[in-house]
Amino acid sequence: MIKNISNLGDAAMYCDFGAEVNKEINTQVIKYFKSIQKEKIDGIINLTPSYNKLIISFDLKKTNYENIKKLIEKLNVNTNNKLKSKKIEIPVCTDENFSLDIKRLEEKLKMNREKIYEHFFNKEFFCYMTGFIAGMPFLGDLDKNMRAQRLETPRVKVPKGSVGLTEQFANIYTFESPGGWNIIGNTPLNIFDSTKEKDPNLINPGDTVVFQRIEKKQYQNYNE
Amino acid sequence: MNKNYFKILRAGINTTFQDEGRKNLYHIGIPFSGAMDNRNYLLANRLVGNKPGFPVLEFAYQGPLLKYKGEKINIAITGDVNFTIKKKDDLISGNCYQTFSLDSGDELNIISTNKSVYGYLAVSGEFDLKYQWSSCSINTKANIGANGGKKLETNQKINLLKINKNSSSKKLHYINTKIENIRVIKGTNFDYFSDEGKKIFLEKEFTISKLSDRMGMRLEGLKIENIVDTNIKSEGLIKGVIQVPADGNPIIMLSDHGTIGGYPKIGVVISADYDKLVQLPPGSKIKFKEVGLTDAETLFKLYELETQNLISQIS
Repeated sequence: MIKNISNLGDAAMYCDFGAEVNKEINTQVIKYFKSIQKEKIDGIINLTPSYNKLIISFDLKKTNYENIKKLIEKLNVNTNNKLKSKKIEIPVCTDENFSLDIKRLEEKLKMNREKIYEHFFNKEFFCYMTGFIAGMPFLGDLDKNMRAQRLETPRVKVPKGSVGLTEQFANIYTFESPGGWNIIGNTPLNIFDSTKEKDPNLINPGDTVVFQRIEKKQYQNYNE
Repeated sequence: MNKNYFKILRAGINTTFQDEGRKNLYHIGIPFSGAMDNRNYLLANRLVGNKPGFPVLEFAYQGPLLKYKGEKINIAITGDVNFTIKKKDDLISGNCYQTFSLDSGDELNIISTNKSVYGYLAVSGEFDLKYQWSSCSINTKANIGANGGKKLETNQKINLLKINKNSSSKKLHYINTKIENIRVIKGTNFDYFSDEGKKIFLEKEFTISKLSDRMGMRLEGLKIENIVDTNIKSEGLIKGVIQVPADGNPIIMLSDHGTIGGYPKIGVVISADYDKLVQLPPGSKIKFKEVGLTDAETLFKLYELETQNLISQIS
């Protein structure tokens, strides 16, 4: 349930679902997001679900905060329904050309690389949100002993397809971009396809993701 | 073969196609984009007789040098811009908010913006552009929009699909005014900052840094001290949000911003002041002034009325 509603500037509403980051709260956020999206409320121009917040932006020429607030408070969101979601397998190659920060992680986590991969592969992750850059999925949760901070100095360019870890999350760089996550491998899968108008994201909030380790040869042959 | 086109002899610093932007894509990580200064975008299209949503060329600081080939067309430039038109045996010094006609062989030289950042060029016709999610706005960070999502380069051609033959000569008396006080509404993390930090934010002057672009505007000034946490759990952003990272210098999110951010939000620029804010070049001094939600809504209504009034003056 929404714990608190406030305005974010004059053209957005800020729905707070709580302070913690967990699947239960995030599932509520996603259910609200999907319900509001279905309503197609006139004047709403964007919805941004995140771990435990939902931001609703609107066109101030057409509506305002009070109107949107009334509509959202009236909205009957059935939070008991099961969330519709897909299960997606993501092949990842950990070749040394791809696992840019594996040494750093070995030091920070005090764990050897095989142990790190053991904790990472063939395990179910939950997609909390997508964004920051187009299509980037925020996937949780990593085991407690796998949680490392961001790089002290972020990279100017993280290669497309890089799979990174920070704190309790894993993510995938959908295109080359600056970034500070600890990179452990690379996927040959296209996670964001800007030529698809309808469903450009392979992974959406609520989906389940399992990473599978592949050899360099499989990686090279993947898109052939 | 396209018979009406511009050849880019010099691309300028950041020349892109922009329109009204993209809606309903924040949740997959795609920002709004669109023309930075919406009023000047609307006026440019209106002057040449185009429909409101048409794409225009947006340029920053130094604009493009374009050679035109084809049937006679009208152009209009809005903002505060220095430009000339080289005709066969004439060099015309251009005025903003006025239509000029271009004949085949003419050269339009958009030299610079004056003490401002963005200017707009509209032509009486339709550019031949690729649309993505109902918009051709170029987002150079995500490579989305027309021209492969990249800014325009020298030697490229810009083709026109259609020419609007009903465009007539128009002129508007309008001068862009500068803004010094940017009005803001307190952000959702306003109380993350010390009393001194809050005072600095709402009373002291900030300087716009050179590290500003379509994604964000960085400010320099007295440091705003955070007393709670310099990070928040990542959450959505909107344009106009002012984040303060650990270094204490505010960053204002602009039209191409990342859709999610993890720095505390100290304030949000009101909608009525956005167009004027983005026109402030690096080195400008600004001060923030707090207003309430109701006042912000009224100020936006007034700003909109003023824009509509300007549009109706271009009959």
